[in-house]
Amino acid sequence: MSALLEVHGLEAFYGRTKALHGVSFSMAAGGITTILGANGAGKTTTLRAISRMVRTAGTISFEGQPLEARVTEDIVQFGIAHAPEGRGTFVHLTVEENLKVGAWGRRERGGLEADFERVFGYFPVLRERRRQMAGTLSGGEQQMLCVARALMLRPRLLLLDEPSLGLAPLVVREIFRILRTVNQAGVTILLVEQNAALALDLADHVFLLETGRVVLEGPSDVLRRDDAIRRAYLGY
Amino acid sequence: MEIFTQQVVSGLATGGIYASVALALVMIYQATDVVNFAQGEMAMFATYICWSMLNAGLPYWGAFLATLGFAFIGGVVIERVVIRPVENAPILSIVIVTLGLLVICNSVAGWIWTYVQKPFPSPFPSKPFKVSLGAGETIFGAHDIGQIGITLFVLLCIYLFFRFTPLGLAMRAAAQNPVSSRLCGIRVGWMLALGWGLAAVVGAVAGMMVAPSLTLEPNLMGGVQIYAFAAATLGGFTSPGGAVLGGFIVGVVENLVGTYVSFIGTELKFTVALAMIIVVLLVKPSGLFGSTVVKRV
Repeated sequence: MSALLEVHGLEAFYGRTKALHGVSFSMAAGGITTILGANGAGKTTTLRAISRMVRTAGTISFEGQPLEARVTEDIVQFGIAHAPEGRGTFVHLTVEENLKVGAWGRRERGGLEADFERVFGYFPVLRERRRQMAGTLSGGEQQMLCVARALMLRPRLLLLDEPSLGLAPLVVREIFRILRTVNQAGVTILLVEQNAALALDLADHVFLLETGRVVLEGPSDVLRRDDAIRRAYLGY
Repeated sequence: MEIFTQQVVSGLATGGIYASVALALVMIYQATDVVNFAQGEMAMFATYICWSMLNAGLPYWGAFLATLGFAFIGGVVIERVVIRPVENAPILSIVIVTLGLLVICNSVAGWIWTYVQKPFPSPFPSKPFKVSLGAGETIFGAHDIGQIGITLFVLLCIYLFFRFTPLGLAMRAAAQNPVSSRLCGIRVGWMLALGWGLAAVVGAVAGMMVAPSLTLEPNLMGGVQIYAFAAATLGGFTSPGGAVLGGFIVGVVENLVGTYVSFIGTELKFTVALAMIIVVLLVKPSGLFGSTVVKRV
């Protein structure tokens, strides 16, 4: 099977600082892959590299098409949605307007209402908040809105950056449950997550990043039993 | 009482001008965090273009619409060519660039069209309206009424555009959160350029509406720009609606104070605008309808 996303020898730079030192991995279509690693290991940077938000070297290809020469605005045209770190909420737009912005980049203009229904089906609270300014939502609701906004693109690949950050455990569990449903509906997910236990539960494949390099990879049920992973990231 | 009503109406007429320029200022401020000091001068330049077309024999409304087209293209080009290169520069550099733009527009207009005042036609009949209000008859200038109508119409169009069209929504999104907008596929750079174009159009309408009463010269918009600053400050630089309302308030207050406070008269009317700016900044720096920007870490 050919890979959906293939990254080879990826290096990323913030000014003169190198944040990734040759990351290579590939992802098959359909699954949930997670990138684990400590703070500063380069997890967010990897996602930002795919979305062309940092300067990079190396190759990134999506369904065989190279992404390196593209700009961030083009990435949605490939069907890649990026739910960024910090949620990227448009706080002065209503919930509905946020969702409309999420649909801006897709080719098919029609069917907005059906997509609203679909994401409201995942996150019923957003339906109640539909006409409310997004800035008035709670953190958990904003995270849901962030995922919902990304789904409005009808993406094939969803890049998710720390969806659990700063949220109550109950809300996080709810969001992760929805993510599984989203994945079963055919959206491939690349998840960056600090909460290793949660991520390992959700994902079927894992990459472990340390100081800008992939140091370990494999199916999540194998890695969960790995002693190094257990000690460093699961804490037992 | 008649005088009062007359002064209020004529205040609303000039207020509409201030409101339009204030809206143009706020549109650009919200999108790029820049106060465009050249907003008034760009409008003056557009008004001269309209004057040239009228002189060449074009009918008024044809020249009016063509001027809006020129203003739009001019605004877009200025953003792409002049503002874009300093986009990531410190805010002060961008302010200096817009100040430079102000001086350039002013001198180039003077160079092309000279500093001699030129009469500028009004599209409205010169015969004043007579309206019976209560006891006496009150007389309104037809241009004043027309001017209020036109500015309100333009403001309404802008509102509808931003509120209800997908492009308007994308422009608001780009202004609020450029990073997130790019991730949604919005071409942020073009949205900002479109914003400059639209702001230039709104300014151009104000220029063409105010020119008949002030007569056309390169310093046409100097005073208007100060009042527009007062309006935007009063309403809040973060609130387009507030800036528009602020414009009408400033227009009316300016007129009433000039009429009823004898020691101010017409000579000191400017001081009123500056005093308003200072009072607002002292009492409520975010303006009547503005929100205080809080950045969460």
